[in-house]
Amino acid sequence: MFRRQTTMTIYALLFYLLAAVILVSTAIAVTRRNLVHAAIFLVASFFASALLFYLLGAPLLAMLEIIVYVGAIMVLFLFVIMMLKEKPASNRPAARGRKLWTATLGLIYLLAVILLVFATGPRGQTPLTPAVASPAAFGRYLFQGHWLGIEIASLLLLIALIGVLHLGHTAARRTAAGIEEEK
Amino acid sequence: MIVPYSHVLLLSALLFVVGMLCAVGRRNLIMILLGLEVMLNAGAIAFVGAALRWQQIEGQTVVIFVLAIAAAEVSIGLALIVWAYRRTESLDPERLQDLDTAEPL
Repeated sequence: MFRRQTTMTIYALLFYLLAAVILVSTAIAVTRRNLVHAAIFLVASFFASALLFYLLGAPLLAMLEIIVYVGAIMVLFLFVIMMLKEKPASNRPAARGRKLWTATLGLIYLLAVILLVFATGPRGQTPLTPAVASPAAFGRYLFQGHWLGIEIASLLLLIALIGVLHLGHTAARRTAAGIEEEK
Repeated sequence: MIVPYSHVLLLSALLFVVGMLCAVGRRNLIMILLGLEVMLNAGAIAFVGAALRWQQIEGQTVVIFVLAIAAAEVSIGLALIVWAYRRTESLDPERLQDLDTAEPL
């Protein structure tokens, strides 16, 4: 009985620790002036999210979170940030009235969620039991029940690739044309 | 026994609000896109928690699609940001609001 009690607290402790890391690093990231610092803090946040996925029984999703979010998306952001060399003037803070409206909006949303979560009563208060979806079982389920969705998602990625190539191609051609005209 | 599902939902909601404030309050195209990523991640956390709460693997399946859509969205979004930067020489969304100087792609 005592042993069970300790394992419970360790899982709960891990959850709260990861939640704190996620929230604090994201909050730091969104308030940074320097875009590179913001991206790096978000990498920390996504690593903690991956650990949270593992804790909640999704090891495959934890790995995919690291590979896709940390390895691909944030690195792409870093490439673009370093490529664009933004001037400090373009990063000016928002006007005061706009900040007030934004804060009000967030507060209303947060109040609604808290009310909703605690209005569900004791049903939502039962602790989650640990369980793990093994990658093999998850993959089998995914490709048996959702093969059409997977195909559509891969088609979406192909369309994104073609769209990005087209945007980059026209932009490069226009820049080249502009240089020709200047000459 | 981990924690009640309501705590997972609260974490997800807080993270979503942080991402929303970033997307609405910042005047930088890249920060707006980062805010969108944070919001997508918040939704994914809620789905993984729900998959554990009801012991249904369906919730984890949704997260796979969230990942795919996040990857597509970020690649298109960054290409558009590069295009906007080449046109306006800045990352300020306010400078993209004049229609009269618009040129065809």
